[in-house]
Amino acid sequence: MIQKELKKLVVYGAFLVIILTPMLGFRSTTFEPGRVLKILGIFMTILVLNIVVKFIRSQKKDDGRKKTPWTEVVRKRINRYPKVYTLGGLLALAFAFPMFADNYMIDVGITCLIYVCLGLGLNIVVGLCGLLDLGYIAFYAVGAYTYSLLNLTFGLSFWAALPLGIVLGMVVGCIIGYPTLKMRGDYLAIVTLGFGEIVRLVLNNWDSLTAGPNGLFGMKRPALYYPSFGEDGFTWVTYYLKSLPSLYYFILLIAILTIIGVRRLDNSRIGRAWIAIREDEVAAELSGVPTTWIKLLAYALGAGFASVAGAFFAAKLSYTNPNFFLFMESCIVLCIVVLGGVGSIPGIVVAAFVLIAAPEVFRGLENFRMLAFGGIMTTMMILKPEGLIPASRRRRELRADQEPPPKD
Amino acid sequence: MTNPQAILKLTDVHTYYGNIHALKGISCSISKGEIACLIGANGAGKSTTLMTIFGVQRASQGKILFNGKPIQDLKPEKVAALGVSQTPEGRQIFPRMSTYENLEMGAFLRRDKGEVQKDLEWVFSLFPVLKDRMGQLGGTLSGGEQQMLAIGRALMSRPELLLLDEPSLGLAPKLVEVIFETILQINQDSGTTIFLVEQNANMALGISDTGYVMETGKIVLADKSSVLLESEQVKKAYLGE
Repeated sequence: MIQKELKKLVVYGAFLVIILTPMLGFRSTTFEPGRVLKILGIFMTILVLNIVVKFIRSQKKDDGRKKTPWTEVVRKRINRYPKVYTLGGLLALAFAFPMFADNYMIDVGITCLIYVCLGLGLNIVVGLCGLLDLGYIAFYAVGAYTYSLLNLTFGLSFWAALPLGIVLGMVVGCIIGYPTLKMRGDYLAIVTLGFGEIVRLVLNNWDSLTAGPNGLFGMKRPALYYPSFGEDGFTWVTYYLKSLPSLYYFILLIAILTIIGVRRLDNSRIGRAWIAIREDEVAAELSGVPTTWIKLLAYALGAGFASVAGAFFAAKLSYTNPNFFLFMESCIVLCIVVLGGVGSIPGIVVAAFVLIAAPEVFRGLENFRMLAFGGIMTTMMILKPEGLIPASRRRRELRADQEPPPKD
Repeated sequence: MTNPQAILKLTDVHTYYGNIHALKGISCSISKGEIACLIGANGAGKSTTLMTIFGVQRASQGKILFNGKPIQDLKPEKVAALGVSQTPEGRQIFPRMSTYENLEMGAFLRRDKGEVQKDLEWVFSLFPVLKDRMGQLGGTLSGGEQQMLAIGRALMSRPELLLLDEPSLGLAPKLVEVIFETILQINQDSGTTIFLVEQNANMALGISDTGYVMETGKIVLADKSSVLLESEQVKKAYLGE
């Protein structure tokens, strides 16, 4: 067995040398073998570790007992306490976070929470309704640009622009939803992908409105108003949320509201109808589900949640440009949904933190941090295809062998 | 056949799939409270007839009256709201929803919770095995159980007219018998009118009052089921005698 593995190692090594040398070895015209060796070393270490793990595993005797996976153990441990404690603990942690974190960590936290909102919004479309949407970031862009333009042109405040942004996002959601009503799977994915790119290109090229690739800047931050009783009587004082902690608390509030909203939708009649459509559209139609409207509603609501996140994003940076809304972003949001467990709210929240924080943690690897990202995704899909914290429905589907057998 | 008691009346209905002329002028009339069956070979247009009645396929020509009301232009959810219910061909249940949730989906359009509960009990009394399988995912049920679930789900909307598309498809003969007995029982218990589409002509004609024979998009024979069972033409083509 060892011999076989060593043979594999040599073959893999040779293969990597062939691939990596031309890719990494040349910087403009000079040949730098050091760079190749560095990366090759990393890969080979991983492969050697793999062999060691395999060897140790083969030495261990199979005691015949079925082991419960560690995720199940953790789940049981957590479920032992009443839910209030778990949720309360998490909330307290989230609220206390800015007090012991530095600005950089808070900034990453804000980004994570934005992606929590996006992931939950996409979960409605992909997870519940089963419509694969690869252009989801377009709705995020709509939200960001709606707030930016309304604020810069008409001086509308964040609170006044937000409902307009949501409505516009929902309208755009319906615009992409309507022509694709009859489509499913791959076809729908391609159309939504194209749509996402169209939105980005329009933003990039419509110079007179969106200032093209330069982007828009100078938007006001979200403001809070509180009454003041000064010398000249009662007045409203405006407090702009400029500091990172205040912005963090603001997006935390939005994320919590999103979680509550998506949870309520999940358990509602509409949620049931979405799941029925995902399962079998004809059967849903025959059960009296108005499929056209319910599907459009999924698009519209998903887009609505994304636009809220987008408006916040633009307001936070006070800057926006079309390159924030690349196809890569849609991919990341989709990865969050899949990694977390399609249809599972806690899973998506955890996955958003893992996937957004991971590239930050691996920033030391420079350009190769996306490699770490890919590694995490691949490992996850092999080890836990149903996601980090799978929705109960989906866990059972992928572990169908554990269901009681049918008897006829 | 003119029938003042008709719950469902089709007059010269044509349906196309693109260029394919699937239904070439179907006319039939089903009376309240009876079991009618539509038999025919593969591809004769039996399922298309049901889909056209339900509005999933649009009739390009002709009239469909349900309780005297034209329904040929209505969307499926509107037809369902009027009191028509259908089990799709090939037991299309919701595989990743539990048995209970599947049944609940059948009552999607209803808001009278107490009555829904009563109907649920009734479905469980018709198919006791579903009660044992309440929390199990639909996709993990056996073929027979899935068919029972599909019929149960269709009953949960408390329909006036129940359209059944090949309930015997792919089931063991023993199970087919059980299913057909239950269909008869549903008709007797609740007075639900049943329109049954079947390839198993013998069984279908055995429990139904009226029978229609379909060939390549047309109804070629229509009579009392007992008469059809004796008819030489039917015997030769469908009963294998």
